[in-house]
Amino acid sequence: MSRARTWPAHVILTAGALVMIAPFVWQVVVSLQTLPDSLRVPPKFTPSWEWSNFPEVFRSVPLARQFVNTVVVTVGVTAGQLLLCSMAAFAFARLRFPGRGAIFMVFLAMLMVPGELFIIPRYEIMQGLGWLNTLQALIAPGVFGAFGTFLLRQFFLTLPKELDEAARLDGANPLQIYWHIMLPLVRPGLLALGLLTVMWSWSSLLWPLVVNTDPEMMTLSAGLASLRGQFQTNFPILFAGSVVASLPVIALFVVMQRQLIAGIAFTGSKG
Amino acid sequence: MLSKREWVWGYLLIAPMALGLGVFYLWPIAQTLYLSFTESGVFGGHTWVGTDNFTELLGDDQMRDALGNTLLYAVLVLAGVPVAIVVAALLNVPGLRGMSVYRTLYFLPVVTMPAAVGLTWRYLFNGDFGAINHFLGELGIDGPYWVGDPDFAIYAIAIVGVWSSVGYNAVLFLAGLQGIPRQYYEAASMDGAGRLRQFFRITLPLLTPTTFFVLVITMINALQVFDLVYLMIDLNSPALNGSRTIVYLFFEKGFVQNQRGLAAAIAVVLLGLILVLTAIQFRLQKKWVHYE
Repeated sequence: MSRARTWPAHVILTAGALVMIAPFVWQVVVSLQTLPDSLRVPPKFTPSWEWSNFPEVFRSVPLARQFVNTVVVTVGVTAGQLLLCSMAAFAFARLRFPGRGAIFMVFLAMLMVPGELFIIPRYEIMQGLGWLNTLQALIAPGVFGAFGTFLLRQFFLTLPKELDEAARLDGANPLQIYWHIMLPLVRPGLLALGLLTVMWSWSSLLWPLVVNTDPEMMTLSAGLASLRGQFQTNFPILFAGSVVASLPVIALFVVMQRQLIAGIAFTGSKG
Repeated sequence: MLSKREWVWGYLLIAPMALGLGVFYLWPIAQTLYLSFTESGVFGGHTWVGTDNFTELLGDDQMRDALGNTLLYAVLVLAGVPVAIVVAALLNVPGLRGMSVYRTLYFLPVVTMPAAVGLTWRYLFNGDFGAINHFLGELGIDGPYWVGDPDFAIYAIAIVGVWSSVGYNAVLFLAGLQGIPRQYYEAASMDGAGRLRQFFRITLPLLTPTTFFVLVITMINALQVFDLVYLMIDLNSPALNGSRTIVYLFFEKGFVQNQRGLAAAIAVVLLGLILVLTAIQFRLQKKWVHYE
């Protein structure tokens, strides 16, 4: 196909792309404006290089603490998901045991249930454990996931049968087969699940909002929500916080986008 | 090779996940169902009240509004799905340079936390100094107060909902498009069918399994919208009456007003709604989804 025929596509895609990124550019611009500039009519579309908004937001809320909280929770949840999901997925895909099909169906059924059904009882569990306003309250429920088990099972299923048989003849037990032979081979699946989990965990709002009400124990999502309550229409400050909160995942995505997109496309093809 | 040792390993390896799902998923489902028939006391504890919560919701204006707002939001976001098909089809144009750059840009809203997205759009939609009304003004249109107006708030939120999911859906559609054998297009070209005709006669029908999948997950996600409403609409704005969704009401009842039993009943209604609407979608798919 000659390049001459692709220009209409370029025109439409570029126009759409502008709509996609304009709010981000705008957010960064306003995060560098003074308060009066940000409220001007008509809007001022250039920054006034007010860098002090950034230290200001760190002073007004424990943003640094919330940043660390979010990193700890995201790393904990992601590491837990990768380990526990891959263990279960390996067992479902490569081992035979009574009740395997039935148990797997129960796992799948949980994918259908909206997350709101879990929240009140989980809250009461955390309350009972004295875990309200702790990071483990955010990590513990997050490391378990039917979706991750299902996703990784699909990857384990694609590996050839001869692999386990050969390893068994060499006297390897299932744990060794899982860890030394299979796990390295499903690395693309682990990467996809890992990236999706990082994305979800970093952004999740409702559960953190409910269970950790102390600003010191909040994640960035909930922190931004409480910042909104504090600063109302001081958008330069709000946006300075937003930029800090959303930049890490955007950066991770730009670096790892091929793997993340492959993972998402994969969930579609198996759905 | 079904040895007893293999059983033991199987159970050992699924045990942690099964236990966790039991504690954090299965038990909460049962508990929420139970709580929906109870009232929580001031000092904790639950009293059985039968179906009182559900009858209360039936006559509750806020619940009726929330149901209407949520369904309207879902319809609006579903109506935005064709945008993703067009984007995917354009990204799939043979010989298109810079495809991955476009894909990255369209995907940016997907990876950005909804809290930050909500704050940004709350500013853009501001009635007085927002950029959107400024541009509308240039076109001679007097824009409404969007996030401050109960009649427009849900539309503003739905625009953001579409904006932030186009990239995700386009990636799913792109994968579907790449699964359509090229020979179909070659054969159609030889028969003299133009690009547009090929799109409607080959692409759209063969894409229907993906379209179905996207519609189902988009609907399920839309029915659970919370983050955008929470960040875009001020907590005591009158616009909340026109934009309070089911999950928002769940959050208010359960964790602001501490009416846990009532909140549990709202969650159960949401589950029922999702199950029924998903079942309807599965029923309807036989009429329009082409499986090869």
